[in-house]
Amino acid sequence: MGERAPAAGESKQHLRLIVNGESCIVAAGLTVHGFLQSLGLVPAMIVVERNLEILDRDWYDTTVLVSGDRLELVHFVGGG
Amino acid sequence: MHLVETAVGSGSTADERKDALRIGGMEFAARLIVGTGKYRDNETMVRAIRASGAKMVTVAVRRVDLDRSQQESILHYLDPDESFILSNTAGCYTAEDAIRYARLGRAAGLNEWVKLEVIGDEATLLPDVQATLQAARALVEEGFKVMAYTNDDLISALRLEDAGCVAVMPLASPIGSGLGLINPYYIREIKHRLSTPIIVDAGVGTASDACQTMEQGVDGVLMNTAIAAADDPEAMAVAMRLGVRAGRLAYLAGRMPSREVAVPSSPSHGMLD
Repeated sequence: MGERAPAAGESKQHLRLIVNGESCIVAAGLTVHGFLQSLGLVPAMIVVERNLEILDRDWYDTTVLVSGDRLELVHFVGGG
Repeated sequence: MHLVETAVGSGSTADERKDALRIGGMEFAARLIVGTGKYRDNETMVRAIRASGAKMVTVAVRRVDLDRSQQESILHYLDPDESFILSNTAGCYTAEDAIRYARLGRAAGLNEWVKLEVIGDEATLLPDVQATLQAARALVEEGFKVMAYTNDDLISALRLEDAGCVAVMPLASPIGSGLGLINPYYIREIKHRLSTPIIVDAGVGTASDACQTMEQGVDGVLMNTAIAAADDPEAMAVAMRLGVRAGRLAYLAGRMPSREVAVPSSPSHGMLD
């Protein structure tokens, strides 16, 4: 990600993400693990796709979210 | 009746274990595979799955609902040690989407199997066979064990076998229709011509459909709505389990030839004057 002017709702303390297709503002410096916990999700039950690439669970702890990240948070639901 | 007595439990009968379903190097002590969708609640689902005796169950990959983030993963209700979890690509209309969903399912970390489904038409939910084949080839290349949902068409089935699928899964009739086995002849032909296991997937409505499907000699049946949408899913799960077993046993027993003339069962000689 190159330098650019902060967009609306974005600052040094906050950044804007797209999570499951919806715009979302989170604290800067948050890891994927921290973000999942803040949503009340159990990281072991969630698969994260970040910018169209699946993120290995081992990396949830060390991956820091960046402004503009597009996340898909998925899990298993009933299906046939 | 040993089979009936134990058919309501989650354990498999000796008969089911002896005649196990073998797919992709694994063995399952049940020829009935069930879906987990459309149940009125998870408790009903768990009871129905247990009653069905199924060892393999399908699940779908979907976005977590952020507004209801306490919503639980279905894995809170299914024990992967008790049920082999088969992730599906239901709802995908392109090979690219199906591959993406398959990878997400694998990343859940349970296994490298996928129930591949690429839909071609919204009204009938019939499969896009070309896209299915394209996705199957890519996924086999990536090391997936692919069980491919397809039409009741021999040529498509042969191509999916060539692509390296561990099971080919022609439909009995459209998904969720409950119309039963529309084309027994095509299903039999597919079973005769392929060496890959054949699981009939979709369209079964009631126990006689499951039985009739298994009588064609196929390796197994996969169903969801027929059990989930029954008034009493748990009872229907038992009925399906017995239907699958009955059909399998009838197939193995070798049925009598059918003929359009009557033949008396009792001796025609020795009658009184």
